[in-house]
Amino acid sequence: MFTGASQFALVGVIGAGGSVWAGAATAALLGTRNALYGVRLSSLLGGRGLKSALAAHFVLDESTAMAIARDSEPDSRYAFWATGVAVFTLWNLGTAIGALATHALSNPKVLGLDAAPPAAFLALLAPRLRAREPMAIALLAAVVAIVFLPFVPAGIPLLIVAAMVVVIGLSLPAPRGGQPVRAADPPVGSPTK
Amino acid sequence: MLWAGLLVAAASCYGLKLAGLSLPQAWLQDPRIQRTVQLLPVALLAALIATQTFSTGHRLVLDVRAAALGVAAIAVLLRAPFLAVVAAGAATAALLRLL
Repeated sequence: MFTGASQFALVGVIGAGGSVWAGAATAALLGTRNALYGVRLSSLLGGRGLKSALAAHFVLDESTAMAIARDSEPDSRYAFWATGVAVFTLWNLGTAIGALATHALSNPKVLGLDAAPPAAFLALLAPRLRAREPMAIALLAAVVAIVFLPFVPAGIPLLIVAAMVVVIGLSLPAPRGGQPVRAADPPVGSPTK
Repeated sequence: MLWAGLLVAAASCYGLKLAGLSLPQAWLQDPRIQRTVQLLPVALLAALIATQTFSTGHRLVLDVRAAALGVAAIAVLLRAPFLAVVAAGAATAALLRLL
């Protein structure tokens, strides 16, 4: 699994005492946006079989943003692979250092590390809030999650929120022409990982 | 059990990426599906922020993590880089606990 928000979410749900399956479902739901990125990238990258299987691993907010910001196809392909490989290397290096370093920490709370994930999620969320609709959804999701939290097993509030968004997203009238939903465009230049 | 769930999560996340690249998915062009897929991470991230800031186990609590989130929000508004936002949140919680 190489997709930051999903990784954080899976660990977060398990850390809060939730079942690994609730965590896995949340991680997968957060990963659905990568399928849209893939649709946008597939014509650009071409390739089948092994190459496509390798490219899939590098489909990220960052690599998609860098690729679609180029003017020519060769530039786009270069940007995709360079960004993908760079983020992959540094991300996993950082993860490994973090995993080893935890053994040196007696109480993560002293360093405020329990406050770090929400700050990270906020940094991931902020660039997606540039319109009124996502802002309303974010607020509603936060309230709904908090309201259900005391009464259901850990991790389940997230799945309730996901179900709610699917119902809202599919039942509202299609987005108007004046406000196109550019789903395959990640927030360019955002610090999303 | 833990590892089985982890493998399922990893396979799903990778599978979604591969599916996007390899399937001719005309249905993904539906504007309502595009909007839903775009709103899912927004809602889930907001819900994660709320639950991890304002709860301990099944209890709703208001503690230094709320202040940490506030400082992180200010850092975001000031267009601070990702790591600076995370560090600002963690440092705020750590300092307030020292008081």
